[in-house]
Amino acid sequence: MTSRDTHFVAPIDETPLQATDALKTDQAPLSLWADAWRKLRRRPLFIISSLLILTLIIIALFPSLLSTVPPNDDCQLGNSEAGPAPGHPFGFTFQGCDIYSRVVHGTQASLSVGVLSVLCVVIIGVTIGAIAGYYGGWVDSVLARLSDIFFALPLVLGALVITQLPAFRENKSVWTVVVIIALLAWPQMARMARGAVIEVRNADFVTAARALGVSKVGALLRHVLPNALAPIIVLATLDLGIFIVLEATLSFLGIGLPQSIMSWGNDIAGAQSSIRTKPEIMLYPAAALSITVLSFIMLGDAVRDALDPKSRQR
Amino acid sequence: MTIPDVRVDEAGYSGTSPLLEIRDLAITFKTSTGEVQAVRNAHLTIMPGETVAIVGESGSGKSTTALAAIGLLPTNGAVSGGQILLDGEDIAHATEKRMIELRGNTIGMVPQDPMSNLNPVWKIGYQVKETLRANGRPSGPDDIAKVLAQAGLPDAHRRAKQYPHEFSGGMRQRALIAIGLSCQPRLLIADEPTSALDVTVQRQILDHLDTMTTELGTAVLLITHDLGLAAERADKVVVMYRGQVVEAGPSLELLQNPQHPYTKRLVESAPSLASRRIQVAKEQGVEASDLLAPDAEAAAADHVLEIRDLRKVYKLRQGLGKSTDFAAVDGVSFDVARGTTTAIVGESGSGKSTVAKMVLQLEKPTDGKILFDGVDTSLLKASELFKFRRRVQPIFQDPYGSLDPMYNIFRTIEEPLRVHRIGDKASREKKVRQLLDHVALPQSSMQRFPNELSGGQRQRVAIARALALDPEVIICDEAVSALDVLVQAQVLNLLADLQANLGLTYLFITHDLAVVRQIADHVCVMEKGKLVETGSTDDVFESPQQEYTKALLNAIPGAKLMLPPEVA
Repeated sequence: MTSRDTHFVAPIDETPLQATDALKTDQAPLSLWADAWRKLRRRPLFIISSLLILTLIIIALFPSLLSTVPPNDDCQLGNSEAGPAPGHPFGFTFQGCDIYSRVVHGTQASLSVGVLSVLCVVIIGVTIGAIAGYYGGWVDSVLARLSDIFFALPLVLGALVITQLPAFRENKSVWTVVVIIALLAWPQMARMARGAVIEVRNADFVTAARALGVSKVGALLRHVLPNALAPIIVLATLDLGIFIVLEATLSFLGIGLPQSIMSWGNDIAGAQSSIRTKPEIMLYPAAALSITVLSFIMLGDAVRDALDPKSRQR
Repeated sequence: MTIPDVRVDEAGYSGTSPLLEIRDLAITFKTSTGEVQAVRNAHLTIMPGETVAIVGESGSGKSTTALAAIGLLPTNGAVSGGQILLDGEDIAHATEKRMIELRGNTIGMVPQDPMSNLNPVWKIGYQVKETLRANGRPSGPDDIAKVLAQAGLPDAHRRAKQYPHEFSGGMRQRALIAIGLSCQPRLLIADEPTSALDVTVQRQILDHLDTMTTELGTAVLLITHDLGLAAERADKVVVMYRGQVVEAGPSLELLQNPQHPYTKRLVESAPSLASRRIQVAKEQGVEASDLLAPDAEAAAADHVLEIRDLRKVYKLRQGLGKSTDFAAVDGVSFDVARGTTTAIVGESGSGKSTVAKMVLQLEKPTDGKILFDGVDTSLLKASELFKFRRRVQPIFQDPYGSLDPMYNIFRTIEEPLRVHRIGDKASREKKVRQLLDHVALPQSSMQRFPNELSGGQRQRVAIARALALDPEVIICDEAVSALDVLVQAQVLNLLADLQANLGLTYLFITHDLAVVRQIADHVCVMEKGKLVETGSTDDVFESPQQEYTKALLNAIPGAKLMLPPEVA
């Protein structure tokens, strides 16, 4: 009962008074990217996936490091579908070429298709998405309908049609596949960029920049886009994996890379005929493809978690 | 609740045991950086039917303490010591099953934000029904309507069939109060129940809450950051600071005779209790306002801003091709004298922020003129507008939104200088250092990013950015509304100092009349897009002419509390 009407005062030394709103100086300053990097560094998912990707990049740049056997020069039909032999750990294809060497040399095509198409998709998608989201109104409506048209095209069907165009049929190369993928896949990136830009465009700091005299385009480039970058980066990483699969799909169907370019998709297609008798011929390029895609998707997940604004202290 | 009532209540209940008693409570949170003790040595006692308020700044542990009492701590938090005695039963570590029995029936809760605490996909009636059913009470349509009607919702039968988005903020809060009290709990925890609402609505809701809890004999644990409100509504006030109870006692006694330095500081800076303008050699400003009437000609020359018949009409879309006009600002005229502060006061939706946007040339007026230094701003060419931007700068409400999170403090403050191509790299850095000094931030903070700063510090950075171009007029759009009381007082003092030193003119947009009293020389009261009253701050506060102004003034919590002048 004593506590009822008494006026309690805590001993002052127990909670010494601090200066109102003092600056915390116990930590080093951190930008969004530095903060994300610090978080990423400790994630096993990130470490594993980035090590795998690093290895893949090295293989793509210097395939001769891992395989001294030239992939195509030494094909002998006598070796057709033969099992592993010394110097040829994975065995031979139907044509009698070394599987291991082909898988190693196929990395380059698969990775470059992935990277180049992601670059194109980011450039097209972000430009269109940012303009649509930032300016809104009729610009947005027109661009949204345009991307809907492309969105509605089934990818494989679209690719089939495009490859029949003379310009594409005559000179199949890495670039034709990149153009096909970029042409059909940008709307998703545009939608994501549009959403991210809309979220930022009404922020007070954009209004403040406008009130400082920053032009409308300047505010878009200097304040809106940098703040909308995080989801774009995440989607781009995930897209990398998806586009590599896409290239394999197209090559498998015979509308992707020409036979002259070694790629996992072509190898899988070539192994079709022997799938019942020698499934391992298909297994090796398929495994390489899966590992690559998996590492990019894992990287995307790790980056998404690190860039998640909710996990960042305000 | 007036003071004599309390005495009667207390006499009536004397001899009974406390309803809720918190003893030496400690709460620990597990975070990625280790364990953080959010609350330690907290203690408070609530007698049946009593209202107790916990007052403290954000992060002081006041909400955490209350959540512990109803067993709703976030999953990473746990009671690590002490007791929570409800009717003598320790519920600090009670099972979830026992807590579910207690919630609703014995302990009710009214959450803070009426906008996010009702489920948007269910009708209001269903959400009341859910509570009634969970506690085994009759839940027919009539029971639901009765509960809603008791919370002061008119036409309850029809209202029960509506969805949350059809309710205004005040009505939603009434619905939440109805849900909180529907099972007639013995203790109601109200966590900042009215902070998100306009002052007049706030007053109605609190009055109604008072009446209801008195009728039902419910004890209330009120959590608030507003000392004035706490003192007005509660029998006892508990002050928390950095996770500890630093002072507790009968509310009036505590206000008049604060002992702990933190409480003293709170009482000194509580805006609702302060009655005077912050004085920093303000003689000239006062004289300028006196000059207004007798010598209109001379005074007009010194008006940096003249607003004439300003109108802004928005088209509201209503289905295909149809639209109705909505006048957000309707025929507003006023003048702002150089070197003074003019406040525009109004509730949400009164059009005050739209006026600010138009003055800043961020929105085009539909009609009317804004004269800046005698020049019609609507006629400015692009290059002149660029120069105009140097002279008029804004400070926004939300300190979390007004700084670009990708820019560090140096880049943020330097941006205006860079945009206007002022000075070279070295001189710009010198200027930024100077500005940081102006707003009392250490120069070492230059390399930090906004997310490392508190709300008040961010607002000071925003002020420094606004000052970078040496503007003449600063438009503060609710610049201190989002800040804790002490930080708010600090920022207001800073603004007053800067005005005295740099001769700045402020246009201060706010809903908080208590802040107006502290900072403004002139007041314009807006209601539904129209200007209803203008005058000097003293005149408006001492003899308001319009009913609306009177209602606003009466709604300031703690306004009626008489305090000895040396405290106020």
